[in-house]
Amino acid sequence: MTFEETVARLQEKFGDAVEGADERDAGRPGLLLGVYVRPEAVVDVCRYLHDTPELAFEQLSCITGTDFQDHIQLAYVMMSYAHREVMAVKVKLDRDEPSVHTVEGIWATANWHEREVYDLLGVYFEGHSDLRRLLMPDDWVGHPLRKDYKEEPDYHGIPTTRDKALGKY
Amino acid sequence: MDSTQSKQSVSDDLMILNMGPQHPSTHGVIRFIITGDGEVMQRAVPHVGYLHRGIEKLAEGMPYPSFVPFTDRVDYLAAMFANHGYALAVERLLGLEVPRRAEYLRVIVSELNRIASHLIGVGAMAMDIGAFTPFLHGIREREKLNDIIEELCGARLTYNYVRVGGVAFDIPAGLDRKILSFLDTFEPLMEEFNRLITVNEILVKRCANVAIIDAETAKSYGLVGPNLRGSGVDWDLRRDLPYSAYPEFDFKVCVGRGVRGTLGDAYDRFVVRVEEMMESVKILRQALAGIPEGDIMAKVPRKLKPPKGEAYAAVESARGELGYHVISDGKDKPYRVKIRAGSFTATSIIEHASKGLMIADLVVLIASLDVIAPEIDR
Repeated sequence: MTFEETVARLQEKFGDAVEGADERDAGRPGLLLGVYVRPEAVVDVCRYLHDTPELAFEQLSCITGTDFQDHIQLAYVMMSYAHREVMAVKVKLDRDEPSVHTVEGIWATANWHEREVYDLLGVYFEGHSDLRRLLMPDDWVGHPLRKDYKEEPDYHGIPTTRDKALGKY
Repeated sequence: MDSTQSKQSVSDDLMILNMGPQHPSTHGVIRFIITGDGEVMQRAVPHVGYLHRGIEKLAEGMPYPSFVPFTDRVDYLAAMFANHGYALAVERLLGLEVPRRAEYLRVIVSELNRIASHLIGVGAMAMDIGAFTPFLHGIREREKLNDIIEELCGARLTYNYVRVGGVAFDIPAGLDRKILSFLDTFEPLMEEFNRLITVNEILVKRCANVAIIDAETAKSYGLVGPNLRGSGVDWDLRRDLPYSAYPEFDFKVCVGRGVRGTLGDAYDRFVVRVEEMMESVKILRQALAGIPEGDIMAKVPRKLKPPKGEAYAAVESARGELGYHVISDGKDKPYRVKIRAGSFTATSIIEHASKGLMIADLVVLIASLDVIAPEIDR
């Protein structure tokens, strides 16, 4: 099934919850195509994409969180083994209180991907079984992949910046 | 005794054991918190992040071509793939066509690198189990590969060879003959390696029926590459979502068959890696025989400014799907680079797969997944 047909099916099934989709670019056939859905529908849409035999997106490759300054976008990049397709489901979240339901129940791998997004971008995943920081230390302040992230001057007395080696001379 | 039984009988008398971060079998710096009833683990929870260097954040601060050397550090045992995936993603953003000679060279270096990485993978697994000699056999062969790649691009580990639009250097005169003579000696040496360790009863007894991951679990946890194929899923990006020059080559995708135990056990993952090396040899012979003349670099503007858009490019690395999700906002620096690495998902399955294993078998599980710490943390 082509991407456009998939989008049409999703629109038919989920109506207004599907907000739109990326357009194909004739000069750049390799671009990633994504369908935009409302945050509250993301679990149902993902479950549909995973469970429907004609789609069978059985692999969640990654969840890419991006800070677009006015909103945070999550892109669920997925692959279908049976049909050899790649696509993305994208949600736009409120930047001040980003929150979306977990998709752990569909792909077990979402557990770690969501922990990473929580850690680096501060997105809260409702219903997640173990939402802890993954890469940064547990007591780290801030979420580094936010565009306005400012590193604290020190971490437990370890300075995060250095004086210029020749600065004292 | 299964793990649920042991939980009921002595649930208040569990032992918490720390393993790592500087443990020789963790292949880098990973830490495991093991909850065990004596020798039987209830779970081993991985704690990662010790090698988190913020490579994704660094990418946002530099022009597109400057990020290539940083990708070397994503997976330093198989850096060609890390270069290749990133270059591919940026090329897709630009809509750039790469010369055929460059595509062939990419395939050649990828397969050389796959052999080098798998030699460490299977050698280190044998070493973790207690057989030191096979590791030295692996390292000795890998050293020859390092010499070949050094002659090609000047570096032995962090290659910075595959660039946006092509490759950095053409193959020097005579190197193709050197690669062929390496392949000629490598095949009989692998036969010796297999007799030494692959069919060795001690290794088989140690790995067969240990840490079984069935196909459904493997898919759900997003396992990729040899780990996924070890569980019997016939999936290889080189064949199924082809990129570069791979459609032009004839090779077999090696899938686990439960040869000496159950499908998806540690031994299957070991055997898949050993077999894959021989397939790489086949691809290398075809690529060297058919390499076309021509440019090695497309016409790439000095300042790369891909138009707005998102691209996801995945290559079949030695550790499976290595994907780059690059988002451009039309400027000369990437707006966001997300790296999806095979070791990341392979580590995430350890908590699940370690249930009911013996503590000593955790080493077998980690080694059979061939995880590498910098790729988990990035």
